[in-house]
Amino acid sequence: MSELEQIASDAVKLALARGATDAECTISDGAEFEVNVRMREVESVKEAGSRGAGIRVLAGQRSGSSYTSDFSAEGIAKMVNAAIELAKLTSEDPHAGLPEPGALGKFAGDLRLYDPAIEGIETEWKIAQAIAAEGFALAADPRIANSKGAGFSSNVGSRVFANSRGFVGSYRTSSCGLAVQPVAVENGSTERDYWYTSSRTAAGLESAEYVGRKAAERALRRLNSRKIATQKAPIVFEPRTAQALLGDLFDAVSGSAIYRQASFLAGKLGERIASDALTIIDDATMPGLFGSSPFDDEGVAARRTVVVERGVLKSYLLNTYTARKLGLKTTGNASRGLSGAAGVGPGNFYIAAGEIAPEKIIGGLKSGLYVTELIGTAANTVTDDYSSGAAGLWIENGELAYPVSEITIAGNLKQMLMDVERAGADLEFRGSIASPTILIREMTISGH
Amino acid sequence: MGLSESFFGSRFGITAHDLERYLSEALSAGGEYADLYFEHLSTSSISMDEGIVKSATEGVTLGVGVRVIAGERTGYAYSDDLSPEKIRKAARVAACIARGPATIVKTGFEEAQRHDLYPMLRAPHEMGLYERVDLVKRANQAARAYDARVFQVQASYADSLRDVLVATSEGRLSFDRQPMARMGVTVLARQGDGDPQEGHSGGGGRVTLDYFLTEKTPEYFAHEAARQAIVQLGATEAPAGEMTVVLGPGWPGILLHEAVGHGLEADFNRKKVSAFSGRVGQQVASPLCTVIDDGTIGNRRGSLNVDDEGVATQRNVLIENGILRGYLQDKLSSRLMHSQSTGSGRRESYQQIPMPRMTNTYMLAGESDPEEIIRSVPRGIYCTTFGGGQVDITSGNFVFAANESYLIENGRLTRPVRGASLIGNGPEALKYVSMVGRDLKLDEGVGICSKEGQHVPVGVGIPTLKIDKMTVGGTAA
Repeated sequence: MSELEQIASDAVKLALARGATDAECTISDGAEFEVNVRMREVESVKEAGSRGAGIRVLAGQRSGSSYTSDFSAEGIAKMVNAAIELAKLTSEDPHAGLPEPGALGKFAGDLRLYDPAIEGIETEWKIAQAIAAEGFALAADPRIANSKGAGFSSNVGSRVFANSRGFVGSYRTSSCGLAVQPVAVENGSTERDYWYTSSRTAAGLESAEYVGRKAAERALRRLNSRKIATQKAPIVFEPRTAQALLGDLFDAVSGSAIYRQASFLAGKLGERIASDALTIIDDATMPGLFGSSPFDDEGVAARRTVVVERGVLKSYLLNTYTARKLGLKTTGNASRGLSGAAGVGPGNFYIAAGEIAPEKIIGGLKSGLYVTELIGTAANTVTDDYSSGAAGLWIENGELAYPVSEITIAGNLKQMLMDVERAGADLEFRGSIASPTILIREMTISGH
Repeated sequence: MGLSESFFGSRFGITAHDLERYLSEALSAGGEYADLYFEHLSTSSISMDEGIVKSATEGVTLGVGVRVIAGERTGYAYSDDLSPEKIRKAARVAACIARGPATIVKTGFEEAQRHDLYPMLRAPHEMGLYERVDLVKRANQAARAYDARVFQVQASYADSLRDVLVATSEGRLSFDRQPMARMGVTVLARQGDGDPQEGHSGGGGRVTLDYFLTEKTPEYFAHEAARQAIVQLGATEAPAGEMTVVLGPGWPGILLHEAVGHGLEADFNRKKVSAFSGRVGQQVASPLCTVIDDGTIGNRRGSLNVDDEGVATQRNVLIENGILRGYLQDKLSSRLMHSQSTGSGRRESYQQIPMPRMTNTYMLAGESDPEEIIRSVPRGIYCTTFGGGQVDITSGNFVFAANESYLIENGRLTRPVRGASLIGNGPEALKYVSMVGRDLKLDEGVGICSKEGQHVPVGVGIPTLKIDKMTVGGTAA
């Protein structure tokens, strides 16, 4: 057992000795490095590490939680005592409790979450990457006249979990990322955009040249944008904005909202909720990805769950508590920080790729909006109202014609799901939520 | 209060000699400035859901951040262990940013000026846990009793106490003890077997539990959340397109936070990436608009006795009668812009580098009667409750999301409409302000501002405002 696994197991034992009927302990330990550069000069360098422990105890059907950054024996004992005292305050909750012993487990395959090479990367190399990425953006076009900067970051960490049903497990993770935010200026129009790459391995990053040029291209194509008239039109979400839309939909399939009837998808299991073009999957077992882990935050083995299959709602995403409330089985989606009862979180939550190239989706439209940015999105998964600030490119006769901004797009999530006409072939994972390009038949654009 | 009686002096035995040693280590490779930020944060929260107290959590975090500034460069490191070896190691890491001979640190510390904006009668840890439970139980009962159509209630109470010590290589020392408390209530209501609607309410500030017994009770927040959910049961499609927008007083002041506040943070302007860069002295709003950012209001959520760089907070005039007056400065940006800190340097925790941030941002009251403002609108929308907002600093485009709005037809509120985003452009939007009410109100104390991944508590406020032209993002085109 590692040192941290030992601390977690001991904390659980101490809780039982102090009268808890069950206990679960989470430890997280991490180190971060981050450099930011701007106009080819270093702006800031940050490097440090920290750790924390959290415990949740059950006293029968009551529960209490606490956390600390003090790993001394005294610090851990204080944490355990605080949780036990707090459990006396809470109510009997018939559904509270740890997972059934049969549900506990670890995904057996190698998930490739940790690359030891990341710890060996020289600081100078990381700084050089950030400067190079920004340099490629600045050199891409004379109109790239300014920059909000570029950054390189890397992280390594460990996650440890132990509970009183005999589960002890841990895994290490690593990640690194490179991002650049150039500013394009022309005729009094000033626009910024960004591009980034991130990976669990150093070798998995896109090149500084690619990131810099891509960011510049994105900022440039926004210059001299127009505001368009209020109208209804087809909307194409590029992968980055489609991913944001999918992220907003997560709450609608999360067990926490379902058992409270706080989702427009409550009670719809087995029913058609979307068009045939839409398949949504959650899979925490995909090697090397950010949403993968061998077990969830209550020690349940990671798995793949089909949430929506060709438009039919097949499963909600659940932890032990929400599964019990709904009379279902956990899908291994327990998620928490250090303390408290587990919530529900995604593994790799994504829209399955279709077969059509994104250019063909755009090519098939006489007119419409290609959305490249969403800001200030209000997505209400209780009622299904969706309204968001947007910017993008206007599509005319199958071509991206000119940039538009200072508009909103709005619709009803229920109808938007039914109106998904296409999912592109361009699915890529840049984080734990991912989507290919998607086409929605019609939404309301609000302009002048 | 001297260092030895301060939280970190008495509890962790930190002395002036220790602080000098750490600062010397931080400046051992040169650099003009270094500071240490010690932080001890204890938190407690309780929540009620489905009529039972489901969770109760407490926690403690402790750490110190070390910063070195050399020209435009910042080096930063932190430790969650206050042992001298760990702090000195962090200081050496932060020092890596500088290249040169050591800078000599001034010996001896002088206590910096500070306000006394949130004296505490009882610290959070002196209050019984059962007092906290009572608050959420009262909120739960009140929301359920409000209307038979209410079918789900979540009520939460959270408080925290943050002790900080800032020591700078300029020989300044600041202590502060910062309380924060907040209640939140979320209600779902349903008519028959129709679709549910949601209402949220909450509030608090740099206060302790007593505030919720005397000033704003759990019943107050519960009724407000339930009222919103019930109103929404009758709401129809929101309109789409440009129209006159009237904002109610209080929380709709998030308009100022997004439309102008972020764009006036000095870091963006020093780098010339803000839509407001180089516009000091120019007209950026109608002459009716005077916008203030004030960190010195007693017990407000955004207030601080000293900012997170140890500088006393101020009342800063951002826009005066429509003219842009100045930016929100922290130490780094003010040094590089040959200006002064405005007491606006803030950070989320000891793990973060401070940045210029807002505190409590509001517009001064005008002279119009709020009812007269609504009567003056032939067709438009009246928004009283908002969710969040966001801004693209560079283009100036900002969005904020209305949760509770009413259609205005011929000078009268005719019906509630569903949630919709509003979008505008920062340097332009406030030029269309044509009436300002005399009813300035600050929000209830729920704001969280996010910038480059760092979250800090803030406040906002406005009187009733009429904006002649803004784009409303509903579905009814």
